[in-house]
Amino acid sequence: MLRVNSAKQALLTSGFAALLLMSAAGLALGADASAPDASSSAPAAAPGSVQAAMALASKVAQQQLEDKKKKDEEERLKGFGADWESWEPANSVADVASLQRGVRDFAGYCRGCHSLKYMRYSRMADDLQITPDQLQKFLLPAGAKPSDYVGTPMPSADALTWFGKVPPDLSLIARARGDGYLFRFLTTFFSDPTRPTGANNLQLPSVAMPHVLSTLEGVKVAVFRTVNKEQVFDHFVQVAPGSLSHEEYLATVRDLVNFLDYVGEPAQVQRRSLGVKVVLFLLAFTALTYLLKREYWKNVH
Amino acid sequence: MVVAVKPADSGGPGNEHPSKGLKAWFYKRLPVKEFIETQATGYYAPKNFNIWYFFGFIAIVVLVLQLVTGIFLTMFYKPGEATAFDSVEFIMREVHYGWLIRYLHSTGASAFFLVVYLHMYRAIMYGSYRAPRELLWLFGMLVYLALMAEAFMGYVLPWGNMSYWAANVIVNIFGTVPVIGPTLVEWIRGDYGIADSTLNRFFALHVVAVPLALLLLVVLHLVALRRTGSNNPDGIEIKANLGKDGHPVDGIPFHPYYSVKDSFGISVFLVIFATIVFFAPTLGGYFLEHANFEPTDIFSTPNPITPSWYFTPYYAILRAIPDQRLGALLMALSLVCFLLLPWLDRSPVKSIRYKGPWSKAFLTLFTVSFLSLMYLGLQEPTPNMVILGRLATGGYFVFFILMPFYTRFERVKPVPDRVRFEAHA
Repeated sequence: MLRVNSAKQALLTSGFAALLLMSAAGLALGADASAPDASSSAPAAAPGSVQAAMALASKVAQQQLEDKKKKDEEERLKGFGADWESWEPANSVADVASLQRGVRDFAGYCRGCHSLKYMRYSRMADDLQITPDQLQKFLLPAGAKPSDYVGTPMPSADALTWFGKVPPDLSLIARARGDGYLFRFLTTFFSDPTRPTGANNLQLPSVAMPHVLSTLEGVKVAVFRTVNKEQVFDHFVQVAPGSLSHEEYLATVRDLVNFLDYVGEPAQVQRRSLGVKVVLFLLAFTALTYLLKREYWKNVH
Repeated sequence: MVVAVKPADSGGPGNEHPSKGLKAWFYKRLPVKEFIETQATGYYAPKNFNIWYFFGFIAIVVLVLQLVTGIFLTMFYKPGEATAFDSVEFIMREVHYGWLIRYLHSTGASAFFLVVYLHMYRAIMYGSYRAPRELLWLFGMLVYLALMAEAFMGYVLPWGNMSYWAANVIVNIFGTVPVIGPTLVEWIRGDYGIADSTLNRFFALHVVAVPLALLLLVVLHLVALRRTGSNNPDGIEIKANLGKDGHPVDGIPFHPYYSVKDSFGISVFLVIFATIVFFAPTLGGYFLEHANFEPTDIFSTPNPITPSWYFTPYYAILRAIPDQRLGALLMALSLVCFLLLPWLDRSPVKSIRYKGPWSKAFLTLFTVSFLSLMYLGLQEPTPNMVILGRLATGGYFVFFILMPFYTRFERVKPVPDRVRFEAHA
């Protein structure tokens, strides 16, 4: 054991031991206190001139934002997408509301063909704050148990006949390809009569998958230009509107990508929150070990 | 200098032992005190260790971390073509804190190589491989080789697409051995391709055989160190200058001085390590590759196939040579060079501090070449990259091949009698 030479060393040594004990206690406590934080705090409204002025200012800002959106939309209709390779979803898996919208749309548009074979409905419900009633009513297929994995009703053999390829399981697609890839994949479908599905894609050319979100997005065509005798993508032109505005469609895709990001690694929110505690603890530990080292090394000349 | 412990050889072991009670019963049957004395309180290390001397201790901590996390992973991992990938995802999703255990293990693998590379570089800078420490160096190199085998086989176990294709590339290198090559590859795989049998034997080797060899080699490495004592940044033998108490005047007991100092080093390491584990466990695809989140697909190769970052210097050498057999030979030689280092260095001094300008220039060339090869091994082999790879391969080998000459004929600086050390303010 350490031989204590001075009172200061004794103090540091006991601080050291206390930190170790704290860490053990923290582990024991933290083991089951990892449920997602359900509270969402809204600022309480209080009357007063300052608040009123702020409300007015935010209203003006809102108006300006809407004007800008309108202008952007007019610009977009002339042609857009030249910068598609830099499109990123800017999603956050800490945004539970976004994940809830994502799972809703996944169930509506994706689950018909794609499974999430490593994801249980019950785990998803816990993490995404979906009540057992909601799960039963909106998400669980008839006859499925909450502990079941998310499967697809489409038989693989049929899928092979229809698409020439079995639609991949999407449990790990976000980890394998990245969020940006998925976002660009779902936003760069365009009408192409030469394809069996009538649609093609910039991120994954000659894709076997039809554009299943076209009722939402509408129809766009791609305009190509010729560079060195090769056809190079130039821009998209929207030729038919969908049920969503362009902004709403992008938000829908963002939510879907966000959901797949979560599915790729369901523990990631817990990972980051635990990480903050661990790193802070280790920093305190490092400060103590530094002081302890300095104290002992005073004897070395 | 105040030393808090009694010298190891004061009065012999019998005198300070308690004569009664459970403790005495125990000590009579097990040399606990003697062990602590030879390993910690009575092991005198030079007092002028700098930051480069943290990594050996950190490597041992990482080894323990790998063994412990590995045991827990083995409880849930299921080797086999049909089960391996699924069981890793089971660990990541359904085992309590399984994700943490797995990230600690995967990040630990990279951390192991990082600290071992820094530890080896330290030895190269300060001439720690020179007489009388040749065996210490050789055991260390065997640890490094065993570590490479361990890491490669561990990498195959998740059975992702990169696992499968990297296994194909690496195992096929053995096919370049003349005459027995193809048979050898078949023998390693246990099949005509990388398959279920390969995965199962790699599992056996990864969790039993190689760890046992690693532990034995680490013990031999430490035993050899206890015999010769540590080198230091000045490359001076502290045992040549003994005080009245029979201990080196420039030495201090490992415990408590280096035990507290290494505690600090470990703390700093753990802060960095935990930051990666909790906030960037894939480290942008360098610690866990994106392609390995797709299960093995024997019809689709990841593009490009790259080994883990710690193998890329050797992979770059292999790719730089157009002839496969010659490339494999050079790759093997690049490792053999390290083994020969104690006999290639003919300098009258050990440490780079007192070597001449040629040694410094060639060490710089080696450093740049090694890091360039590491970078090039991660890139796609375009013609320009291949040319750069050849230049870097040349730089790597020139450092070793010319060492007997430049170390012998250059002017060296005078070595001081005592180590350079600045006490704490």
